[in-house]
Amino acid sequence: MTSVEKTQNEIVEELSLFTDWIEKYEYLIELGKDEIDFDKRFMKDEFLINGCQSKVWLYAKQNNSKVTFHAYSDAIMTKGIIALLIKVFSNQSPDDIINSKLDFIDKIGLKSHLSATRANGLMSMIKQIKIYAIGFKEKNG
Amino acid sequence: MIDFEKIISSFPILDVKVNDNKLVYFDNAATTQTPTQVTNSIRDYFNKQNSNIHRGVHYLSNISTEDFEQSRKKVKEFIGAEKDEEIVFTKGTTDSINLVATSYQKFLNPGDEILISEMEHHSNIVPWQLCAEKTGAKLKVVSVTKEGEIDMDHLEKLLNEKTKILSITHISNTLGTINPISEITKLARKFDAKVFIDGAQAIAHQKVNVTELDVDFYCFSAHKLYGPTGVGVLYGKEEILEKLPPYQGGGEMIELVTFEKTTYAKLPSKFEAGTPNISGVIALGRAIEFIEEINLDLIFEYEAMLLNHYNEKSTILEYYEPFGTSLNKSAIASFNLKKAHHYDIGVLLDNMGIAVRTGHHCTQPLHKKFNLSGTIRASFGIYNTKSEIDYFFDCLSRAYKMLY
Ligand SMILES: Cc1ncc(COP(=O)(O)O)c(C=O)c1O
Repeated sequence: MTSVEKTQNEIVEELSLFTDWIEKYEYLIELGKDEIDFDKRFMKDEFLINGCQSKVWLYAKQNNSKVTFHAYSDAIMTKGIIALLIKVFSNQSPDDIINSKLDFIDKIGLKSHLSATRANGLMSMIKQIKIYAIGFKEKNG
Repeated sequence: MIDFEKIISSFPILDVKVNDNKLVYFDNAATTQTPTQVTNSIRDYFNKQNSNIHRGVHYLSNISTEDFEQSRKKVKEFIGAEKDEEIVFTKGTTDSINLVATSYQKFLNPGDEILISEMEHHSNIVPWQLCAEKTGAKLKVVSVTKEGEIDMDHLEKLLNEKTKILSITHISNTLGTINPISEITKLARKFDAKVFIDGAQAIAHQKVNVTELDVDFYCFSAHKLYGPTGVGVLYGKEEILEKLPPYQGGGEMIELVTFEKTTYAKLPSKFEAGTPNISGVIALGRAIEFIEEINLDLIFEYEAMLLNHYNEKSTILEYYEPFGTSLNKSAIASFNLKKAHHYDIGVLLDNMGIAVRTGHHCTQPLHKKFNLSGTIRASFGIYNTKSEIDYFFDCLSRAYKMLY
């Protein structure tokens, strides 16, 4: 199991403690309100993710052999979901990010609460995260 | 009086459960639900009379042709047109606008002007942009006031001899504003400009009479009139439709074809190339019967009552920010809640069983003008109730409390 997958499982476990959608969403909202490490200079169109109803900006940095992700959204709930994604993908190696199975979105039962367009937005975010990882891997040789 | 129980019983979809809640469908401006009278008609068509029209000699083709043309008559009477020839069946509002914005190019020259307004749906912007690009005509845009009304002074200022066509929505799908079409038409007539009205949001909510409005074109979609998707209507004055060249070529729209030259069929076939959506057109006829049986004047009154109730409730929420505050409004309410992102509210309402639209509702320029990234829109239809509105506001406060 990659360490990305391990973090995913932890999140799934944590969220499975909630019995109804309201608790789950309240948790996401709390996450969405937390302070995040995001440099507002990156709030530019070139960092905007396509396909989201709310705006999402995402950039990545490399720290030694690990990649960190930084993202921001104007919607709280989206910020909550982003926080989950960052928990999963930040501070991981490019290889781990590229090779990890991503079933936690299904497992935490959020997908059924997201409409197709919103699910697409989420998929675009994950795709962009993987693209960054591939970029860093190639750069590192 | 409206027989409410009877109406509700015609819409089995209202029994759908969303996340264990009863569905509250407040997205009628996007599409209305279809009553069983309409869905049965589609089923019956395929089970009992499916065939191609206007060309067969056989029994099935004859009854289908008869029913199809009967729908045309029904539409004609429904909107107060004078002749069957003035009713063209299309795929929908968008298709109707594209038809005219394309065929009308023949009469436009560089320097001519096309007038639209800031509150138009993208469907009533983009086809005219394409038309302007093709012909060298200029697209002029009438301002919308902060209440969400067409700025009539600005409209008067923009109208001049170069204005060839003016295309305006009857009712704004975002603001809900009912535009003064007769007044606008009178102004346009001074300069001999043609008037095209996008009736997508009006047709199911108030009586429309194209002859009284004196418009040159009027269009709408069946799916916003309790009918099926994929069918629409273009009304055009006969003398103008006669002069317009065909939009698409194909079967049905011809009189005589040789490889050298084709002569076109008479109206309305000239604009109905190919096999149309036969079951859909017949079902549109059923939808009109359904509406007429309830009575559009009563529907207008009922929905005005709903909007009134909605407005009273909304003023209680101090963080409610309406978008579109004209006094002359259809039952469409767009808004934001202070600080909150429309998306967050939309997701939470969805989980409580409420269907609303969030985003820009295909009116990006309008949102941009007022510096909004989007709004939440509740729009009502004949099956909605005051108690649903009460539930909606309960949910709205709950959602807001969850967020802040
Ligand atoms: C005012 C207005 N115009 C045009 C349209 C486009 O209608 P359709 O998608 O049925 O062609 C809509 C529907 O969203 C509308 O509300």
